[in-house]
Amino acid sequence: MRKKIAMTVNGKVESFEVDVRDSLLEVLRNTLGYTGVKKGCGVGECGACSVLIDGVPIDSCIYLAVWADGKTILTIEGVAQDGELSPVQQAFVDKGAVQCGFCTPGLVLTTTALAESGQEYTKDELKRELSGHFCRCTGYQNIFKAAEKAIETCRHDGSCGNHHPADHHHDQEKQEGSE
Amino acid sequence: MAYTIVGKSVPRVDAVAKVTGKAKYTDDFFERDMLVGKVLRSPYAHALVKHIDTTKAKELPGVKAVLTYHDVPQIRFATAGHPFNLDPSHQDKADRLILTDKARFVGDAVAAVVAMDELIAEEALRLIEVEYEELEALLTPEAAMKEGAPLIHEDCPHNILSDRGFWMGNLEEAFLAADTMVEGEYETSMVQHCHLENHISYAYVDAHDRIVIVTSTQIPHIVRRIVGQALGIPWGRVRVIKPYVGGGFGAKQDACLEPLTAAMTLAVGGQPVKLNYSREECMIDTRRRHDFKFKMKSALTKDGKILGMHIQAISNTGAYASHGHSIAGAGGSKFRYLYAIPAIKYEPKTVYTNLPVAGAMRGYGSPQMVYALECHIEDIAKKLNLDPIEIRQKNLIEIGHVDPLSQNKIMSSGIRECIDKGKALIRWEAKKEGYRQQMGDKRRGLGMAAFSYASGTHPVGLEIAGARIVLNQDGSVQLQIGATEIGQGSDTVFAQMVAEVLGLPMDRVHVVSEQDTDLTPFDTGAYASRQTYISGMAVKKAAEEIKAKILDFTWGMTDIPAHALDLKGQNVVYKHSGEVVIPLEDVALSTYYDTVFAQPITSDVSNNARVNAVPYGVTFAEVEVDLKTGKIEILEIYNVHDSGTIVNPLMAEGQVHGGVSMGIGYALSEQLLFDPKTGKPLNNNLLDYKLPTIMDTPEIGVAFVETHEPTGSFGVKSLGEPPALSPAPAIRNAVLDATGVAFNQLPMNPQRVFEKLKQAGLI
Ligand code: FES
Ligand code: FES
Repeated sequence: MRKKIAMTVNGKVESFEVDVRDSLLEVLRNTLGYTGVKKGCGVGECGACSVLIDGVPIDSCIYLAVWADGKTILTIEGVAQDGELSPVQQAFVDKGAVQCGFCTPGLVLTTTALAESGQEYTKDELKRELSGHFCRCTGYQNIFKAAEKAIETCRHDGSCGNHHPADHHHDQEKQEGSE
Repeated sequence: MAYTIVGKSVPRVDAVAKVTGKAKYTDDFFERDMLVGKVLRSPYAHALVKHIDTTKAKELPGVKAVLTYHDVPQIRFATAGHPFNLDPSHQDKADRLILTDKARFVGDAVAAVVAMDELIAEEALRLIEVEYEELEALLTPEAAMKEGAPLIHEDCPHNILSDRGFWMGNLEEAFLAADTMVEGEYETSMVQHCHLENHISYAYVDAHDRIVIVTSTQIPHIVRRIVGQALGIPWGRVRVIKPYVGGGFGAKQDACLEPLTAAMTLAVGGQPVKLNYSREECMIDTRRRHDFKFKMKSALTKDGKILGMHIQAISNTGAYASHGHSIAGAGGSKFRYLYAIPAIKYEPKTVYTNLPVAGAMRGYGSPQMVYALECHIEDIAKKLNLDPIEIRQKNLIEIGHVDPLSQNKIMSSGIRECIDKGKALIRWEAKKEGYRQQMGDKRRGLGMAAFSYASGTHPVGLEIAGARIVLNQDGSVQLQIGATEIGQGSDTVFAQMVAEVLGLPMDRVHVVSEQDTDLTPFDTGAYASRQTYISGMAVKKAAEEIKAKILDFTWGMTDIPAHALDLKGQNVVYKHSGEVVIPLEDVALSTYYDTVFAQPITSDVSNNARVNAVPYGVTFAEVEVDLKTGKIEILEIYNVHDSGTIVNPLMAEGQVHGGVSMGIGYALSEQLLFDPKTGKPLNNNLLDYKLPTIMDTPEIGVAFVETHEPTGSFGVKSLGEPPALSPAPAIRNAVLDATGVAFNQLPMNPQRVFEKLKQAGLI
C-alpha cells in the first residue's frame, strides 16, 4: 500500500508517496538521495543510520517512513551551513575522530543533538548518550574527545546551528531506538 | 631527521568528505534499472545438493534470473587476496565454485536470485526447492581429522588443508641441555571483523562488453584477477572500482561477493545487479578469524634463557581454504623477530571443518600466536620465579639479527625502550608493591605482553606497488595510488609524503581516493600492514621523479643547473640559500603552454620491494577482577609502539586506539558461537555478538618510540595491524597476576572467569 506523506528534510519541504512498509532510512537514501545516512545493520543495533527527528536522534532503519509524516528531519547533509562545518563536524575533524567514516554521520548527528541541548554531561553520561553507536575503527577515544569538545564549544558560543529548537527527549528515545 | 609535513598531525584528507556525508561508499551509487541479488543458503552444515527445482521461483513476476550450481562456470577458484604466483605450486588453494553442489557450512551459497526488488528476491528464495542429502557435520578440527571422517573436500585427506611448518636449530639438543622444561596449552576463539559497512558490490556489463564491478574491497586489482579466473574470462575484461570503504580489517582482502555479482549480471544480459549482504549474512558468509589451539613446550636455563621451543598448532579454517594455509605460516614467522630462540620447531595443522570460512583478519595469525607465546612466557617466568619483564628482556633479539629462514634482517628496534616506557606509564613498580597482599572480592593485577611483526609479506609474497603523479597547471599535483584507503588513513600519509618531497602544502596535493583497475597504477592493496611502508616507497619514488623533472625543466627556463635547485614553499629555490628562483606555478604553466618546450610533467612508477621491516611494541594493562561476578575491568591500558617514523601522530594514535579496542574485545567478550550439534550460527548479529561499545572501552594510552628504519621511506615501519596483537595476552597476564589463575582460553568473559575462579577455589 502506498501513502502520500510530507516532511521537512534539511530545511526543505518534501512531499511524496511511500510504500507503507518502507523505513525512513530507505526513503531518505533511495527516494531523496540522502546517502549520507548509512546502513550498518538495518535492525537498530549499530546507530549508523541515526538521523534527528524533531531534534531527537533515532535509528532511521527501524522507523517507518510514514511515522515521519509532518516531522522535521536532519541528516548529515544538512549539518554544515553554507559550506561551513558545524562545531561538531569541526571537532570530529580536529580530534581525529574519523577513520573509515561509516559510523561518522550517525555520531555527528547524535553529538549535534547533545550539543544543541545546552545541557552539561559528565563523562559517564556522555558515554551513555553515545553508546547506541558502534565504531570498529577508533576505539571511541577520539570520538569521545570530539564530542566533549563540541559540546563545550557550543555551550560557550551558544552556536551550534540550532537546527531544531524542539525539546530533547533523545536520552530515552535513543535508547529505545537502538537497544 | 626534521621534516616539514611528515611527522605532523595534519587532518585526514577525507575527513571533511566523511563528516559532511559526501564521501560515497558502494551503496551510495545508483544505476538505472538496478536489480537486486540474493543468496539461498544451506540450512545444513554438511550436505550434498541432490536436486534443485527453480521452476516456481523463475515464474514469480519480477524475478529476472535464478542461478544454481548448473548455471555457473565449473571452474574451481581461490578467493584469498594474495598476489598471483607464477609458480603453480605456490598458488592459493582453488576449492570453490561460485555456487556449490555441496554445502560445507550452514549458510553456504547453493542458489541465487536476481529480481526487481528485495522483497521479490526474498520471496523467490522461498520458492526454490532443494533436496539435500545430509552428511556428518564436522564441527571441530578434532572431529574433522579423526579416522574415517567424511572428506569436506575430496582432495584433502584427513581434512587437513596444510601442515607446512618449519624447524630451525637443533631442538633435541636444546631439550637435552635444558635445566627446566615448561609446557602450556592455549586456545583462541572465533571472532569476526565487524567492519561497519557490510560487504557489498554491484556489477554491470558496459557498452564495450566489459564487466564493471563496484565493490567494497581492500584489493581491487586482485579482485579483477579472481573474477577473471572464476568466470574463465580474460582478466582485462573485468574492471573493478573501489569507492570509499567502511572498514575491512581483512574481511575484504578476499573476493567474497564479486565473482557471484559478476555471474549475476551476466545472467541478466548485463543489467546492473547489486548484492548487499545483511549483517547476519556478513557475519557468517564473508570471513572470520581462525581459532587456534596451541601446545607449547620450552627448554630453559634456570636463569630464564630460552634454548628451544616446540610449538604445535591446530588452526580451524572452516569450510573453504581462503587464506587458511598461509595464516598458520604467517603466525609462525612474524613472532620470530622478538626473542632470540636458537631452536624452534613449529608444527601447524590447518584443518577444514563445517563452519564458516576463516580468512585474513588484522594480524593474520599473529594475534593467536602472540597470545599463546606471551601467555607461555608469563607461565615460564612464574615457574622459574623470575620477573616477567626481566625474562623477556633477557631473551630479546638485537639489531643486526638475521632470521635464518626469511633472511629478513633487523635494521631498527625500539623494543627495549617500548618496555621501559610502558613500565613507566603504568607505574609498574609502585603498583606491584601495592598489590602484594590482596584480600576481598576485588583483586587488582598488572600484566604486559610484547610482539614483533612485519611490514608487508616479503619474502613470502610479491610486494609490488604503484604511484602516479601529475603536475597541474597551477603547480598543484594529483596523486594516484593503487593502494587502498579503507579507513586506516593511507591517502593522508601518502599525500604528506608527496607534500614533503615537493615542498607543497597539503591542500596542493589532490589524492584520487578511488581505485579503478582501468585507471590506477597496479598495487596489490591494503593488507599485511604494507601500505605506508611498501606503497610509500612507490609514492616517494614518484614524487622524487616529479621533482627531478621540475628542476630539469626549470634549468631550461633559467639556466640554473638542476643540482643547484630545490623545491620549497611552492617555489623553485636555490638549494644552498633557499632564495626564490621562480614560483612553481610559473614553471608548471610553462610545462603546459611554452610554445617550444611544453611537456606536461607526470611520473608513473612501480616499486618491487624486496625488504621487510620489523615493528615492535608492547601492551601494559592493569585490571580489577570482581571475584563475585567474574567481570574483568581494565583500569589502565597502554600500547607503546616502535613503528619507525610516525608520519601522522594523531592518525597513528587513532589506529592504535582501534587496534587495542579490538584486542580488548578479543580478550574479554567477542566470540562467534555455533550450535555444537548442527553448526547453526547462534549470534551472527551485533546484539548477541559482544562487540565493545563505548561503555566497554577504557581510556587507551598510546605512546611511540620513534626509531628510524633505514629501508622505509622517511624511516617508516608498519602500524596497521600491530596494535591488535598484544592486548589480549597482557590482559590475561594481568588477570593471572591479580588472581593467581591462568586463563588459557579466549575470551575471558564473566561466565568463563567465574567458573574457573570457582574451580580454583577462590570463590
Ligand atoms: S542501520 Fe544499524 S541501527 Fe540502523
Ligand atoms: S570510523 Fe570506521 S566504524 Fe567508526
